[in-house]
Amino acid sequence: MNGMTVTATAAEAAGTSTLKMTARDVRVFYGDFEAIKGVSIDVTKEDVTAFIGPSGCGKSTFLRCLNRMNDTVAGASVKGSIQLDGQDIYSPDMDVVQLRARVGMVFQKPNPFPKSIYENVAYGPRIHGLARSKSDMDGVVEKSLRRAGLWDEVKDRLADSGTALSGGQQQRLCIARAIAVDPEVILMDEPASALDPIATAKIEELIDDLRGKYAIVIVTHNMQQAARVSQKTAFFHLGTLVEYGDTREIFTNPRETRTKDYITGRYG
Amino acid sequence: MTEATLSPAVGAAPTAWSSERMQARIRRRYRQERNFRLMGLGALLLAIGFLVFLMATTIATGWTSFVETRVQVPVTFDADRLGVTADAVKADPTLLRRANFQGVLSDSVERTFGDEAELVSDGAWLDLRKAVEEDPSLIGQTVPMWVIATSNLDQLAKGRIDLDSAEGDRPVSDAEVAAWRKLVAGDNLKTGLNRTFLTGADSVDPELAGIWGALKGSFLTLIVTLLISFPVGVLAAIYLEEFAPKNRWTDIIEVSINNLAAVPSIIFGLLGLAVFLNTLNMPRSAPIVGGLTLALMTLPVIVIASRAAIKAVPPSIRDAALGIGASPVQVVTHHVLPLALPGMLTGTILGMARALGETAPLLMIGMRAFLTSVPQGLTQPATALPVQIFIWSDNVSRGFVEKTSGAIIVLLIFLLSINSVAIYLRNRFEVRW
Repeated sequence: MNGMTVTATAAEAAGTSTLKMTARDVRVFYGDFEAIKGVSIDVTKEDVTAFIGPSGCGKSTFLRCLNRMNDTVAGASVKGSIQLDGQDIYSPDMDVVQLRARVGMVFQKPNPFPKSIYENVAYGPRIHGLARSKSDMDGVVEKSLRRAGLWDEVKDRLADSGTALSGGQQQRLCIARAIAVDPEVILMDEPASALDPIATAKIEELIDDLRGKYAIVIVTHNMQQAARVSQKTAFFHLGTLVEYGDTREIFTNPRETRTKDYITGRYG
Repeated sequence: MTEATLSPAVGAAPTAWSSERMQARIRRRYRQERNFRLMGLGALLLAIGFLVFLMATTIATGWTSFVETRVQVPVTFDADRLGVTADAVKADPTLLRRANFQGVLSDSVERTFGDEAELVSDGAWLDLRKAVEEDPSLIGQTVPMWVIATSNLDQLAKGRIDLDSAEGDRPVSDAEVAAWRKLVAGDNLKTGLNRTFLTGADSVDPELAGIWGALKGSFLTLIVTLLISFPVGVLAAIYLEEFAPKNRWTDIIEVSINNLAAVPSIIFGLLGLAVFLNTLNMPRSAPIVGGLTLALMTLPVIVIASRAAIKAVPPSIRDAALGIGASPVQVVTHHVLPLALPGMLTGTILGMARALGETAPLLMIGMRAFLTSVPQGLTQPATALPVQIFIWSDNVSRGFVEKTSGAIIVLLIFLLSINSVAIYLRNRFEVRW
């Protein structure tokens, strides 16, 4: 068990799944520190992929590589290849702004803009020129809020500040904001960790509703959550990908002892 | 024995919370708390006391500069003495510029009050000319007019002269005092709002000196300072915070900016003198040069305040915008700048307030010239409020004491109004979470 590259073959084994993103031998350095030590993984279009692992194992770092949010961290460098539909996202031809529109992100702490609910959702489509008219934009906002399961709660107060909503509503607003630019992949970095159990249940329901429409990658500390919402699970430990496969397999019959120890609560 | 095993660190005996020793501790703690609060309160009262003393003495000395004394004189507009006739003036009003109003006024004063003491100001004849400009038919008539009194008479009327002191110890002669008593008895003296002070520029005679020239000079200077330092400072701060790589060079720049903010202002004055006047040959004593010099001084303050304001914007907002594909410039203009603006404005106003009160750098670039006209543009010679205060405080004439305090009052009102605008703007732009 020296943390060597695990070749991800789950997608190929599943047969019906189509590849959306592929990562090969990804290494991330913060200065001299190697945070991710050669991770290869496939993200499939139809599934929810969960990244689990103890704190500091690199799962969030790896997630942030998938839409190049690590670019904003000083001293961070990424080696290896990550492809979106066969196109290398770290190649000089790739426009980062467009990449982040195609690979949206939802963060751990709900972070709505201090603007109206409507503006929060409309901001993305506006900067990308996705709506041609006011009525067009109204349609996009309504559709996104409906998909995020928030429409009925906020339709009468779209002009209110997004920050006036409850924590769970704020997080669903952030999901609506990500959906509004019509991404292909949605990355979620522990989206429910700051929420109460009821709000968490709603987010999990929502993730299930969104499955199939978008490829979804979710980082979570909560193993039950991973088991509930995901079809594929990747277990990270100390910057390496220990095991990756069907969620049911990982939780019932893990191949690696480290995985087994973690999901049975031996450490974490 | 069981107690000892339960709490080995504390010891066998239970803590005696109500013992005499503990009570003494409590009393001592209360005493320390009370003393600390009293010291804080004392410091506050001391500060308020100084402030009240400053305001009270300034207002008590300065309020009379907004009041002037006038003498009623029956003026005979004698056409021969003036050198022009009413008909000639109607045809060509510019003739009045050469008319001898001084002679007419001094004749009228001497005829009525004698010539033992000087009663009317050297500049009082200007009112006569204005009256004739408005109504040329006055020539040849005798009309009673209220003209500006001398500074000495003005000071007597305001009760600023100690009449019990010997003649040699006060600036006013016995003859002037006698003349003043006669004027008061004859009801020929009145006081009113001093329009000259509010609308005029500097003068050698305190009764003719005005603050408007310096106020406008300060205003023009500050406009230049604001227009240069705010955009440059904010852009520099945004670049340093949001775009510049974090390395040794940016560290050096940061340290330099912090040091520049603490550099004595007179050094910025020397810099302005060397660069703007000697190298670029810009006009001396002009508000544009003063504004540029003060902008150099204010820039570091604005950069530091703006950087702090940008730093206070939560990183999660940047992540949120980047995460849906906003470009770095969009992140700054749509999110960071609006959220940081109140803080930037506060810093800018603090910098501007400091620039408004700055004297030394303006002295270096020649804005201490004696100017009797109000500046009309950015390149014309001008002075500024604090420089005017400095010049007047240096004047030996008794009448300038109240003018100095009056100018301080005007400066403080100007400062308060700028700060009020700043507080309004800050509250207007502030985003509540």
